[in-house]
Amino acid sequence: MTKALLSGNEAVAEGVRLARAQVVAAYPITPQTTIVEKLAEMIGERSLSAEFIPVESEHSAMAASIGASLAGARAFTATSSQGLALMHEMLHWASGQRVPVVMANVNRALAPPWNVWVDHTDSMAQRDTGWIQIYAETNEEVLATILQAYRVAEDPEVLLPTMVMLDAFVLSHTYMPVEIPSQEAVDQFLPSYRPVVRVEPGTMQLFGSFSPPDLAYMEFRHDMASAMQTAHRKLIQAGRDYARVLGGQPLGPIDEYRTEDAEVLIVALGSLAAAARDTVDEFRREGRKVGLARIRVFRPFPEEEIRALGSRVQSLVVVERAHSFGSGGPVATEVRSALLDIPSRPAVASYIAGLGGREVTPRHLRALVERAIRKDVPREAWVGVKEVIA
Amino acid sequence: MEKGFGDHHPLPGGRERYEVRFHGRGGQGTVVASVLLAEAAFLEGRGVQAFPFFGVERRGAPVVAYTRIGEGPVRLGGSITQPDALVVMDTSLLVGLKDTWRQGLRPGGVVLLNRGSVPNNLRPLMDSIHIHHIDAATIALRHHLGSAANPLVNTVVLGAFARVTGIVSLQALEDAVRTRIPGQLVENLDAMHEAWDEVEES
Repeated sequence: MTKALLSGNEAVAEGVRLARAQVVAAYPITPQTTIVEKLAEMIGERSLSAEFIPVESEHSAMAASIGASLAGARAFTATSSQGLALMHEMLHWASGQRVPVVMANVNRALAPPWNVWVDHTDSMAQRDTGWIQIYAETNEEVLATILQAYRVAEDPEVLLPTMVMLDAFVLSHTYMPVEIPSQEAVDQFLPSYRPVVRVEPGTMQLFGSFSPPDLAYMEFRHDMASAMQTAHRKLIQAGRDYARVLGGQPLGPIDEYRTEDAEVLIVALGSLAAAARDTVDEFRREGRKVGLARIRVFRPFPEEEIRALGSRVQSLVVVERAHSFGSGGPVATEVRSALLDIPSRPAVASYIAGLGGREVTPRHLRALVERAIRKDVPREAWVGVKEVIA
Repeated sequence: MEKGFGDHHPLPGGRERYEVRFHGRGGQGTVVASVLLAEAAFLEGRGVQAFPFFGVERRGAPVVAYTRIGEGPVRLGGSITQPDALVVMDTSLLVGLKDTWRQGLRPGGVVLLNRGSVPNNLRPLMDSIHIHHIDAATIALRHHLGSAANPLVNTVVLGAFARVTGIVSLQALEDAVRTRIPGQLVENLDAMHEAWDEVEES
């Protein structure tokens, strides 16, 4: 175990190297570019023994990753925003064909207007594609999550592709100290990929074939749904095993911070949680019972954990960097749905904040919690929207 | 406290955080300078963060980068609005940025200019802030770092910055350069030393 100063994108690349990925197929896009650069460099200097496939688009990047995975290789790709949107069709192919591809998505706003800063709409728009989704808060967690992602994705009871999210610039381009585990310890946690089925020359098999209504389409989908439920348990186990073998705190679907006896909980994803921790600390110093529930795994959605937390508190303040037009905050929607039928249902406030990289500070979050304490719980409100745009 | 923290002298004024903002132009190594400073402080056992202003980098365009140094581990803290020190890698920026370049600088803060002298119009500020200067371009070129059109001044500026602030040791900076700068190691180290010797302490 060594400690080094790494950007979030470098932490991704380091994780991929330690995972001994065998095929990297990627197309560069701001702010993901330095992931691809670093991996190309590692492959060039042979510190990572992998095939690098330069592709002409993100759609092809995912297609190549699926092909590599079907052939039995541990495959990796990375993208962001518009690139993820272009991949959409292939995301369904990856999950439907049950290939354990791991992808880093640097969360960035979708155009127009052009904007390269942090926003979660890109990955939230892919939540129904059958991919496991994990959102990291620090660069150290980014590295650990890449390794845990392969472990769960490749589990024969899961076999679902996994997306690891890190916030544009706030994580991707910020240098922070990161614990880098030893290769020996990683190999112990993550053995080489052993595919259940693979494309083999000379062997006749069908992959992604045709299935009319009365054959097996619906059964395939049902199996995916079950695998996604299994992934919940496997993710918890992977977090525990990682901590045991490689050190650190076990990372699960929800990361709780000072939730003991809390009356109000901030619910956030990604780096927003770092600001929320400062807000929580400030309230706690004043003797006020405020905590944080960071949703780390969004797919499969940690419904049980949210219900357990929800039954203990008076209100939840969901703050998110995404919006589903005509519906609301996707995180708030799911939190409300999870809590719908518990006996002592807490109030759920929904705030849309920080779209397109607008900064969300502990002071902003404090004001939202103050509102919840006053029982002012908006169905949906946007934080800091200017009235006039020149 | 994590192991390794605390075996260094306290931050100025006994503060928990020391924050630096760099102003430069794309191609000068401004972002790398912010990371080198963080790396040096990290090697001395402090909590650190370094990040560019989250923009789209282009050669010649104004660049802003930040380094945050803490007594202990540093949680993500958003942008730096009240820096303790400013480094201006290209003083032609002072004109275009008007007074915004020193926005938020704490009273008693430090400014380091890459320039042969302190411009007359900034002299009145010297009652409330410490302004230092180093002719980094000349030193860089003497050590064949970059070209006359685009001297690579980051290691030079950092040598001077370490001397006037004492925030990191010259030894730690050297180690940071060894870790991060792949080419022209001897030239970078020599230039850094020259800047350390040449800059005037406050």
